[in-house]
Amino acid sequence: MNETVNLKTLIASDKPLTLAILAMGGQGGGVLADWIVALAEEQGWMAQSTSVPGVAQRTGATIYYIEMLPARDGVSPIFSLMPTPGDVDVVLAAELMEAGRSVLRGLVTPDKTVLIASTHRSFAVGEKEKPGDGIGDPTVVVGATDFAAKRTIAFDMDTLALKNGSVISASMFGALAAADLLPFSKEAFEATIRGGGKGIEASLKTFNAAFDRARTRPRDEISASPPKRFDAMPETAGHPELDRLVHRLRAEFPEVALPLLFAGVKKLVDFQDPAYAGEYLDRVGKLHALDRANGGEEKDYAFTVQAAKYVAVAMAYDDVIRVADLKTRGSRFDRVRKEVGVKQDQILYMTEYMHPRMEEVCGTLPKGLGLWVEKRPKLFSWLDRRINKGRRVQTGTLFWFLTLYTVAALRRIRRRTLRHLRETEHLEAWLNAAIPLFSRNYDLAVEVINNRRLVKGYSDTHARGLSKFDRVMSALMTLSDREDGAIWMKRLRQAALLDENGIALDGALKTVATL
Amino acid sequence: MAERSFAREVEDLKLGEGEIFRGEGILAITKALLQSGVSYVGGYQGSPISHLMDVLADAKDMMEDLGVHFETSASEAAAAAMLSASVMYPVRGAVTWKSTAGTNVASDALSNLSSGGVNGGALIILGEDFGEGSSIMQERSHAFAMKSQMWLLDPRPNLPSIVQAVEDGFQLSEASNTPVMLEVRIRACHVHGQFVAKDNKRPTYTLKQALENPVRDVNRIVLPPANFIHEKDKLERRWPAAVNFIKERKLNEFFGPEEGEIGIIMLGGMYNGVMRALQQLGLADVYGNSSIPLYVMNVAYPMVDEEVVDFCIGKKAVIMVEEGAPEYIEQTMHTLLRRRDIQTKLHGKDILPLGGEYTAPVMMKGLKTFIEMYDRILLGNQPPVPDPTPILNDPKVKALAEVVPARPAGFCTGCPERPIFAAMKLVEKELGEHHVSADIGCHLFSILPPFNIGGTTMGYGLGPASASAFNVEADKRSIAVMGDGGFWHNGLATSVGNAVFNKQDGVILVVDNYYSAATGGQDILSSRAINPNRKTNNSIVNAVKGIGATWVRQIDRTYDVAKMRDTLKEALTTREKGPKIIVASSECMLNKQRRVKPQFAKAVKDGKRMVKERFGVDEDVCTGDHACIRLSGCPSLSVKHTDDPLKDDPVAAIDNSCVGCGNCGEVSEAAVLCPSFYRADVIHNPNGWDRFVYHLRNKVIGWLQARRAAGRIMFAD
Repeated sequence: MNETVNLKTLIASDKPLTLAILAMGGQGGGVLADWIVALAEEQGWMAQSTSVPGVAQRTGATIYYIEMLPARDGVSPIFSLMPTPGDVDVVLAAELMEAGRSVLRGLVTPDKTVLIASTHRSFAVGEKEKPGDGIGDPTVVVGATDFAAKRTIAFDMDTLALKNGSVISASMFGALAAADLLPFSKEAFEATIRGGGKGIEASLKTFNAAFDRARTRPRDEISASPPKRFDAMPETAGHPELDRLVHRLRAEFPEVALPLLFAGVKKLVDFQDPAYAGEYLDRVGKLHALDRANGGEEKDYAFTVQAAKYVAVAMAYDDVIRVADLKTRGSRFDRVRKEVGVKQDQILYMTEYMHPRMEEVCGTLPKGLGLWVEKRPKLFSWLDRRINKGRRVQTGTLFWFLTLYTVAALRRIRRRTLRHLRETEHLEAWLNAAIPLFSRNYDLAVEVINNRRLVKGYSDTHARGLSKFDRVMSALMTLSDREDGAIWMKRLRQAALLDENGIALDGALKTVATL
Repeated sequence: MAERSFAREVEDLKLGEGEIFRGEGILAITKALLQSGVSYVGGYQGSPISHLMDVLADAKDMMEDLGVHFETSASEAAAAAMLSASVMYPVRGAVTWKSTAGTNVASDALSNLSSGGVNGGALIILGEDFGEGSSIMQERSHAFAMKSQMWLLDPRPNLPSIVQAVEDGFQLSEASNTPVMLEVRIRACHVHGQFVAKDNKRPTYTLKQALENPVRDVNRIVLPPANFIHEKDKLERRWPAAVNFIKERKLNEFFGPEEGEIGIIMLGGMYNGVMRALQQLGLADVYGNSSIPLYVMNVAYPMVDEEVVDFCIGKKAVIMVEEGAPEYIEQTMHTLLRRRDIQTKLHGKDILPLGGEYTAPVMMKGLKTFIEMYDRILLGNQPPVPDPTPILNDPKVKALAEVVPARPAGFCTGCPERPIFAAMKLVEKELGEHHVSADIGCHLFSILPPFNIGGTTMGYGLGPASASAFNVEADKRSIAVMGDGGFWHNGLATSVGNAVFNKQDGVILVVDNYYSAATGGQDILSSRAINPNRKTNNSIVNAVKGIGATWVRQIDRTYDVAKMRDTLKEALTTREKGPKIIVASSECMLNKQRRVKPQFAKAVKDGKRMVKERFGVDEDVCTGDHACIRLSGCPSLSVKHTDDPLKDDPVAAIDNSCVGCGNCGEVSEAAVLCPSFYRADVIHNPNGWDRFVYHLRNKVIGWLQARRAAGRIMFAD
């Protein structure tokens, strides 16, 4: 092997074709790498792939790297075992953020790299665990990849694969074939799939679907977050009470608030009844009158718009009756069948995981009785010991269905329950905190309305939400006369949504205290 | 049996003379062992050498035909000790493990082995877990070679070179009566390439022959005065013998022109990276031609002084390329050049980075600096080098850093360890945070979000031992977590025995998932499967009771979060002294699915009544707080944006990869989270009774639903 070559003139300028695959463990990046290597070898090229995966663990970001070049005069090329940033011909990213990661690692450069990426998202724990919305903005990734790549093929290859009964490696292989980057025919790609183990037909189907898709429509449009659904207000809703509500909406409120108001009305009719939705319109109507009186028109009635949203949210609080109602609806049974993918000849049963506590039971009692029990801690805890435990509720069986059905029927007495009293008190205290701000600090009033976002969930989660709400609101005194009060209030709320225990919020509150 | 089959890889091991082997590096090594007439193979699984173990475990018949004994060693120490068969008898043996983690464990046996020396070839295959993707401390195995005078091979990372190194290693071992280590880095273990196979060889001298004809020589035992003789023998006979062998057999290689102003010396494992760097600088090509003289040390230790001197003489300067700290070889070369008064300048880690992976850009930068210092003219017409910096500095790309999330490996979908840590979180909420000593294994993922549990990790099976100092009066107890793999590797004696003997007043949580899961799902002593080749089903509870533990609780379904939580609470608060041991057992879901999925599909196909479970979330009920995710982190439990204009935050959602482990429901029940979760039981091939009851129920329920819907005033959807 100790051959020595003396002349610089002998140095060839051939370069291997280089491909990097960025995937998550368990996604089949290895299968894709194996296919590419097998394809190259079948076509008489030399090929090398490497990876650094652990053996078993799933979900972590991982990278496979491939180089290929034909041997020259029987001399095998020397391949690198890792990609050089700025020197990669093709990057295959099996998820949108992994495409972003490939750019961050310098693997995608405009002079040479073609990026083939799936635009679907698989959220990382860091994104999912935030109490608020921790999902990374996909448009930032699109901006960066468009800037960094020579050419991009990007669509949802995961969904395409699922639809065709296979997995993403097959659709990415199809997109690679369509990109015309490797000097091998489509038939050669297909032959490689045929040469491999199982699921050949589904793989081929997916491969071809992805091939066609990449040729005809190589790019998906990506927006920051999917749009909200605003239903058009009907001319007539088919019931006099509903028509009256729609009529009131059109007559009493500005155009800009109508979409959210209608969503609120719909929600509250569904939650309780048309009369309750009417009450909602009364409430927002009063707020709107104040809004108008305080120059709200200049601000596009921001207060009315946000109140339309959050008063509806506050009035449609999450109680036992609501849960029982939602769980027993026929439409829900149908939706679960669809989501789970139950076939015609299969039978579906649902088991709900519920953990009622005495607090919830008490809240569902008429307020007098509820308060009476609450004032007797011994009785309360005696009852709690009997009630407070996890229950597996089989909604598809008659006993449990009837139980939930009966609880849902308590809707009729909802407005007399202790929970309703509490919610109404909280609602009014909240609105009363906002109203005096109108004349002094309109923007801050709007932010106070927006703070309602913090109250959500059940049991402990609900309690934690309430306490965060209270802590954010505690800064109101400090902020009410500041011009930047609204900005600070917004920051406090954002901090509150960052972590469960409100550590970020504590820090933000300390900063506010020093203002 | 491990749930993954390696039957296809076993076929690759059967290739004969002249056939082309195509596959990954670690399998090529496995094949090379069989071609070298090895008598026995042992080792401890771990990335990146697990496949060697897995494939041989599946190749029992072939191994029997060849007369090769294969053993899944209890630890690296056991594997290293196994090599003592080659001390007196002319049998070739090979063992393997992850390095340096495993070499640390094995070093007691290795020291003894290398002191006495070997007759038969003894080869240690080290899977170097260094650089990207590594899960262990970043150290060099080189130190072990130096301290024990064992030889260390570091071949060029292509299959023919690696395969050749296996054969060379055995011969070097025999020629110098010294065990030889062969280090292969993680990428080289996983590299796909090809080589021309040879026939497998039966060992010329068998273990049976050895057993039946025992030989004994007191001079090979590490006891005075023999230990002093060993030292002398190593330095005066074995070392020179090795150097001669390496020289004669030309194990190290020279490339490029014979003469030059400068030269590059590198470890074999660095060769491909150096060549790529030189190629980018316009000084080499992809076929191995170089404008600069290259000296490739496929033997990292011992150094062949004459080769180094010959290479250096006549050159202005040379640079040593060795990865990892410290620069052992560079230091040795400095000593050599100084002693011989050779004025060639020697560079290395003064130009190249002290630590970290030597990637192509790192090497290109270092070599460029070196060449600029001594032979700038060489760089004359270099093509532009790849440089992503302008792209990386653009604000559009910089903005990515805020958006692209970290994505470390984590617990799999349905992992039975998840509910254990969910329970620990719940206990934490009640009793406050505790000092938690972690161990090695899947359970170490608890240190990451969302659980954030675990303070230290000290080594395999050492979790509870690493909490032993906290055996003092206090209002809180320490908690130590250890997997079943760590338990049997080292933990029973070193951790549990230690705790029992010292009356360690803490909690020991043994996470039993029926496999050595993190290394690929190999069977261990307490595995529940029946393995025809191994004795499994040995109870961890019996083992700890056997060495004197008294407070022992077995939890047979980790998904029972409430029970898990209550047991932990009891362990933390009981008045009983001494270790409180909880054995939490449920099968590794990855392996369980591998086994159960095909069975389920077949049963359904055969028309049997089967029930499939999975979980779901009622979107309307979910309020988007994600408390459930903070107690889970399951890949199948995610979030999604909702189109409801009244909801700000994304709601929880479960996708089709859910395996119905039950954690979501149990957690939301135990932590009193919310009623959004439901379990969907889908009955495949329902029988007549199923259908009868279902229709009856559906009739009533459907009637009630229709009745209520009719009475409800609603906007049309």
